[in-house]
Amino acid sequence: MTTQKKNPFWALFSSVKLALFLLFILAATSIIGTVVQQNKPPQFYVEVYGPNLARLMQTLSIPDMYNSWWFMILLALFSLNLIVCSLERIPNAWRLVTMDNLATAPERLQKMGMRKAVPVQGTVSESVEKTASFLADKGWKTDRRDLENGTLLFSQKGGWTRFGVYVVHSSILIILLGAIIGSPRLANSLLGNPLFAFKGGVNIPETQQTDVIYSFLTQKPLPLGFTVRCDSFDIHYYPNGMVKDYVSILTVLENGQEVLTKKVVVNEPLIYNGITFYQSSYQPYQDFILTVKSEETGLTTTDLVPYAKQVTWKEGGARFGIINMERRGEAVSRFKIWFTDDQGEPAKFWLQPGRKAVIERPSGTYTLSAKQLYATGLQVAKDPGVWWVYIGCGLMLVGLVIAFFMSHRKIWALIREEDGKVTVLFAGSANKNKLGFEKTFTDLVEGME
Amino acid sequence: MDSSQLLGLTTFAYLFAAVIYIALFGFKAPRIGPVATWATIAAFLINTAGIGMRWVESHQMGIGYAPLSNMYESLVFFAWSIAIFYLGLEYKYKNRFLGAFAMPFAALAMILAEMKNPAITPLVPALQSNWLIAHVVTCFIGYAAFAVASGFGVVYLLKNREQSKDTAGNLLAQLPPLKTIGDIIYKTLVFGFLWLSAGIITGAVWANSAWGTYWSWDPKETWSLITWFIYAAAIHFHLTKGWAGPRMSWFAIIGFASVMFTYYGVNYVLSGLHSYG
Repeated sequence: MTTQKKNPFWALFSSVKLALFLLFILAATSIIGTVVQQNKPPQFYVEVYGPNLARLMQTLSIPDMYNSWWFMILLALFSLNLIVCSLERIPNAWRLVTMDNLATAPERLQKMGMRKAVPVQGTVSESVEKTASFLADKGWKTDRRDLENGTLLFSQKGGWTRFGVYVVHSSILIILLGAIIGSPRLANSLLGNPLFAFKGGVNIPETQQTDVIYSFLTQKPLPLGFTVRCDSFDIHYYPNGMVKDYVSILTVLENGQEVLTKKVVVNEPLIYNGITFYQSSYQPYQDFILTVKSEETGLTTTDLVPYAKQVTWKEGGARFGIINMERRGEAVSRFKIWFTDDQGEPAKFWLQPGRKAVIERPSGTYTLSAKQLYATGLQVAKDPGVWWVYIGCGLMLVGLVIAFFMSHRKIWALIREEDGKVTVLFAGSANKNKLGFEKTFTDLVEGME
Repeated sequence: MDSSQLLGLTTFAYLFAAVIYIALFGFKAPRIGPVATWATIAAFLINTAGIGMRWVESHQMGIGYAPLSNMYESLVFFAWSIAIFYLGLEYKYKNRFLGAFAMPFAALAMILAEMKNPAITPLVPALQSNWLIAHVVTCFIGYAAFAVASGFGVVYLLKNREQSKDTAGNLLAQLPPLKTIGDIIYKTLVFGFLWLSAGIITGAVWANSAWGTYWSWDPKETWSLITWFIYAAAIHFHLTKGWAGPRMSWFAIIGFASVMFTYYGVNYVLSGLHSYG
């Protein structure tokens, strides 16, 4: 790298100037997408910005700028810059870590910022042994080399920390790689396999099931390879009326066999076969699920009952329906039930969702409960890149700690005899946190004195 | 005494501490230094008790949660983070004159908090996650460091200007030498950068477990990334071009403006998912 002439491409991409320029451009352009709302229908931009500006925005892909060709090019340039910059500098770091520090000239040691000469008793060889064992006791195991007029001891710690910065740089690349692997667009266009990575959604009414979901990207159905049934959906409230939880009970079926049932709430998705189902919305219907049990016969029926429609239960010998309701927003807060066993006047009464009613009839006792029908709205995602992203994130934190808070520290001790007096010249250096190391160094030398 | 009274008291305590720090700087009265430090420690303890009490109160209401879930609670925690971060710095550098440029941020955060509704309300479903604590705590440790760095950036620029005018014996002469202030600014930025990175990462992991997307270019996310870019640039300027002193001070100030827009501005100016503070 030192002698050969660098080609202009390499020179450009190994420059920190380009990195700083790209950081600035990425930061500046990212602002656009926070000001101009993203992924709205074309008409939205015409209404807000006028037809001319809207056309310009569409040309520049501003309405979906973070997926636009030019933003991708910026990220690609940034990645390339990161790779070339690191490759350019790693050999130098390697040299600094593996260099022969025992070859350091005594003149250089005498000019180091951190140094202290200590006069000692005894011969040179005695002092070498004494100094070496003293340093070893303090955790600095030394190498030694005999010089013309003395002996040089050397010890170092944390040489590997010089690579912390490259751990951080690689972590960014790993995160971007994870984003590429998990990209629904690339799965669709490059791999031609939309099932490799996707994001989509599906609404499943209670008691119903589905084996497809709908891709957000293409709006087309994607087969899951298994079936998901929504057993129930409930909204739980706090006493003050705020929503506490949206709860879906989902069951996974393979070839009609139930394999797994799980409660899904907002922060607890269902994961099956690498596909994750998140609770994201719901859809109330004006239909009800009614459960009636005859206490005499033990027979039970659960029916889907549309509003103001009569249901006949032949086995149980009863007819029922919902004839009135009260709503709080979209949620039905209570409904009026009509029930008859064709003996005497029909029973009519109000019932709240989730409550049980006991009905005494000439033909016996019935218990009845009812709830409004909901569809659960699930967001469904398959992201094979997410573990790459997480590994990258972990590496980034580890790398930052190494790069900023750990340093490469070196200690030399030159023992020699001058004019019949033996002295130990201590010298030290650290590539970071010099003040901190100076304290360690001073303590060490004072201990020797 | 309930948590909102304790936190009201906290506001006064931080204001008091800030005023003493400004006084000891403004009147060159290092004698009152210990008062400033003890006032800050007392305010910090009251603040801690207030947060703890609020936690207990939420449990007594049957909706127990870590009080880090809305603008009010995050501002209170912001003040707490600034105070502990500043106390650490004061202890490390043994200099009280910088307090005048750090503690007003804690007082300001509490004043902003007092303008919010302090009612304890239960957590909406999206916030019911253990990631809430990890995300908020990491973000605000970073924010606190950035706040303090920007205050020191201002002091650096003031002192730098006075020094070039060569007016001896002014107030700013009491401050540590420019080189030391510059060193503190850079170290503080690096510390903040680590925690900001952790904050963005915990946010991404949480978003993925709640919504199935670790990154959705929501305005708050995007602004946190813009802030990250700014500080990343500052660190690279320092390490590769040797930028220090005045330029680093400007970075500290601009960076903190971006932090404040990410934290505060986005909620009022832009629309997005991240509406709770």
